[in-house]
Amino acid sequence: MARYSILIDIAKCNGCYNCFLACRDEYYGNDYLPYSAAQPLNGQFWMQVKEIERGVYPKPKVSYIPTPCMHCETAPCMIAAQDGAVYRRDDGIVMIDPQKAHGQKGIVNACPYRVIYWNEDTQIPQKCTMCAHRLDEGETLPRCVESCPTGALVFGDLDDPQSEIARLSAQVQTESLHPEFKTGASVQYVGIPRRFVTGEIVFSDNESECAPNVKVKLTGEGQDRETVTDIFGDFEFEGLDKNGTYVVSVEADGYEPVEIEFTMLSDINFGEIELDPK
Amino acid sequence: MGEKVFTNCTNAGPVSVYVKDGKVTRMRPLVADQKDFRQWTIVAGDKTYSPPRKFAVAPYVHADRRRLYSEGRIKYPMKRIDFDPDGERNPQNRGKSPYVRITWDEALDIVSSELKRVSETYGGAAISGMTSSHHNWGIVGYKMGPFARFMNMLEFTPVLDNPDSWEGWHWGATHTYGFYWRLGMPEPYDMLEDALQNAEMIVLWSNDPDTTRGTYTGQDSALWRQWLKEKGVKMVFIDPFYNYTAAVMEGKWIAPRMGTDTAMAMAIAYVWITEDTYDKEYVKDRTIGFDEFKPYVLGDIDGEPKTPEWAEQESGVKARVIRALAREWAAKRTVLSGGARGGEGGACRTAFGTEWARMMVLLQAMQGLGKPGRSIWGTTMGAPSDTRTWFPAYADPAGRVATSKVANHLPVNPTKQRLWRLTLPDAVLNPPVSWYGEGFCGQSLEQQFTHFTYPMEGYPEIKLFYRYGGSFMGTMSDTSKWVRMYQSPKLEFVVNQDIWFNSETRMADIILPACSNFERDDVGEWGACGGYTCHASSGCNFRIVVRQQKAIEPLYESKSDYQIFTLLAERLGRKEEFTDGKTELEWVKAFFDSSDLPQHISWEKFNEKGYYIVNITDDYQSTPSLRWFAEGRDCDTPDPNNPKRGTIQAKELGTYSGKIEFASESLKSKFPDDQERPVVPRYLKSWEGHHSETFQKYSLQLLSPHPRFSFHCHYDNHTDWLDDIPTHRIKKDGYAWWPARINPLDAELRGIRSGDIVRLYNDRGSVLCCAVVTERVREGVIHSYASSAKYDPLIPGNADSPDKGGCVNILTPSRMVSQHAPGMTPNSCLIEIEKWEG
Repeated sequence: MARYSILIDIAKCNGCYNCFLACRDEYYGNDYLPYSAAQPLNGQFWMQVKEIERGVYPKPKVSYIPTPCMHCETAPCMIAAQDGAVYRRDDGIVMIDPQKAHGQKGIVNACPYRVIYWNEDTQIPQKCTMCAHRLDEGETLPRCVESCPTGALVFGDLDDPQSEIARLSAQVQTESLHPEFKTGASVQYVGIPRRFVTGEIVFSDNESECAPNVKVKLTGEGQDRETVTDIFGDFEFEGLDKNGTYVVSVEADGYEPVEIEFTMLSDINFGEIELDPK
Repeated sequence: MGEKVFTNCTNAGPVSVYVKDGKVTRMRPLVADQKDFRQWTIVAGDKTYSPPRKFAVAPYVHADRRRLYSEGRIKYPMKRIDFDPDGERNPQNRGKSPYVRITWDEALDIVSSELKRVSETYGGAAISGMTSSHHNWGIVGYKMGPFARFMNMLEFTPVLDNPDSWEGWHWGATHTYGFYWRLGMPEPYDMLEDALQNAEMIVLWSNDPDTTRGTYTGQDSALWRQWLKEKGVKMVFIDPFYNYTAAVMEGKWIAPRMGTDTAMAMAIAYVWITEDTYDKEYVKDRTIGFDEFKPYVLGDIDGEPKTPEWAEQESGVKARVIRALAREWAAKRTVLSGGARGGEGGACRTAFGTEWARMMVLLQAMQGLGKPGRSIWGTTMGAPSDTRTWFPAYADPAGRVATSKVANHLPVNPTKQRLWRLTLPDAVLNPPVSWYGEGFCGQSLEQQFTHFTYPMEGYPEIKLFYRYGGSFMGTMSDTSKWVRMYQSPKLEFVVNQDIWFNSETRMADIILPACSNFERDDVGEWGACGGYTCHASSGCNFRIVVRQQKAIEPLYESKSDYQIFTLLAERLGRKEEFTDGKTELEWVKAFFDSSDLPQHISWEKFNEKGYYIVNITDDYQSTPSLRWFAEGRDCDTPDPNNPKRGTIQAKELGTYSGKIEFASESLKSKFPDDQERPVVPRYLKSWEGHHSETFQKYSLQLLSPHPRFSFHCHYDNHTDWLDDIPTHRIKKDGYAWWPARINPLDAELRGIRSGDIVRLYNDRGSVLCCAVVTERVREGVIHSYASSAKYDPLIPGNADSPDKGGCVNILTPSRMVSQHAPGMTPNSCLIEIEKWEG
């Protein structure tokens, strides 16, 4: 039996919202019973795109996190549901039965990812179905994945070793959006943004030139990393832990070394780090 | 009843339209048979690149169903309640008074008798009319078709199109490297292959291709940039805003003060000259006038060497950053990406924006423009693409109902009088007005030197204004004056024909409901412009010609534009003359028959299947743009409008000298003493920038680029699903506000927080927006997209009223690029911003 999943590569997402809009087009005003009831005009985002802005001028970063139902293996919504209103199909897709789920707001509240939406008018909980009604008709992709221009969304059967998703999942480090929820999310991510530190190295005796190829080290929280500044004298360490404590040290021949200890309360841009001649 | 599937095309991609019980239920990117695609492959190093067999359409296309059934549809013909063609017309109430529903017969009677009256009283030239670009797709129904054909019959005064979006390239770069037949854009051929194989760095200067998407080609090119990123090509973004492409490419961001890009460019040239790192051979053989340019850069002419330190003073960009960029640019094979189609970019839409565009060409000339990896390329066109199979596009004279030879009869308009879109309100309110240039000057450089005055001698002023398809309130400059124009009694009659209520619709006396391209028959190729933007569909991974099938009957009482003009022509006794005896579907077939498609597919099959994919053939030969010029060969690109191609001058560019001109021969011949667009480009301080007097009062610069989730003024206001995208609009207190992005330092100074409703203002007007405090915008700059389609004045019909809808072009200046270059300058705009407590 198949085990359907979506693999989301954050680095490839350009925030075009095609996925969100394709989903809206498929479901707005369209009932697909018994799979799903129509999506209302407001307040539901079965494929929600979350924009994350990090860092400080002039070195910000922007990422997008497409967030559908995670189709968890230990789905809290299933546990909260009564009368089997939420069920998992043999192919792994978690479904809400629109009729049985009538009036069960607890299903919405059970989801730690907040991807189940309450329909005030019809009094039912609603969410992403991975376009199960289309897959059963023979379509190969959910609408969101079909419309992704950059390959940031990959859909397929994890149990089929020939599938792109199985191949990619074997190659890269995948993770759940919130592993701490421990729900066994089927939807997996690559490159979820963490914290980063950046800065620009400047030689105090020659501020009219950038300082390329300067060695910058980062240690702390079990890490020991090294990089060199680029042509603009910029450096960056990405993927640091929230609230982690680190030390950045800078060394250049003929200059006094610099060492800065810091805690990642947020993303950090040191701005100009001046190196003084020895 | 079962589901039926129809094919259609939008301004940003082909779609499959699903219909059940006469209602559209959904729309997908066109679902084509996988066997119809023939995949191409680019080999670069040890990697190969092929696109998936699909169409990556623009975001808003997915919401076309919502737009089709929008509550903003014009449902019936209407008349302004206090308009009486036989009595009081009350033009002062345009924009204020409500409307009453009337029958089609009444509406057609009024419009046709007004056309007749004005024509008989003043002459056909007293009729004028104007259209927007691409609220629809399809060559039969396009504005250059029925609208132009009907208006030509009436001998109207045309409004010249404005090369808006690429002003500086049109009025400037053409005098540096020619390409006037592409309105200042470079050739696009095989630039993707060149970049993948050769580029080491790409400088995206004033360019956000993930937002502007090659204009009509959807998101196919987003994948190309992923390929380049994965390949490790370094990207540098020069833009006051950390734009969406920069965000996904994670390139180096350099944010100059607005209006100072030319200073930065001069400093880059200074570094190359003083460090001897430019391509001297190329400059000697392929350019002229360097000896006049070099002394200016070195400061020999004005005593001001254009050093990086000097540029830092102007631009705020550290001298060392400019120096490092210049050195890397010279050391590495660097593509210059100066706007979505190579040219364009907000930096050219400024005071003296010609100078920046000219400098873009000249900088690349100093590094051997046309050599491998040293191109001018927007990253949105230039996939391997067949150029031998011809299908007419809207800008081809052969692709227009008004001018195509498929017609037995072509009405010719003898009227010589012209209006200029940007000065139309001034022309109505305060004539005479005059300007240089024939709008889109794609026939010759000299077209830019034609002088016009309105009213033209022997012609009347316009009395009847026919507005069709869209609005300019959000897209032209200083747009309050459009409201004033409409309320002038000099316009005796105004008609507005559109599908949706747009910002100018309620300025009309009579409103006529048109239908969309999903409710009528048409044909069109995705992304194809033809004419002066020939082979634009190379921005798509696959060329596809779509038979745009009528999916549903016209909604409410709407009719196709063709049908409306037919009915009007009938009342004028000229039906046959207008229709040429053809129905819309017969025009579709006539265009099909005139094309190369019948060699590949029968009409019956095309009509039924709904599309044909034009693949590249086995013998496809790559001919990278301008490689021929760099190598001193005859032009080998398939650029059909290059007038020297195939002649004894085939090695030459389209400039007077045939070379790249540091000192422009064409400008020298016509305006040798012009200090605002000098023979040799200069950095000129903006008349509305940080040096100007107004800066004391309004110290923030407004940056208003083309929008990310709508197209001109289309989609936005009639597609409310988009309001759920916070990049596009922000919902607050039951209203979807237009975002204005502000740097935290500027925000703090003014007590502004994200989510606050703010007033953007200057002496020209006030616009309310929702503040977004962000590190993505440079200090001193407010970023708010142009093209809001929701002109929503607090006091309807009052030109001075604050607008709640986000039409920030109310704030932008009327002043042109320079005295002889009549382009608009939205990015030379000073404002102030405050929390709105109203």
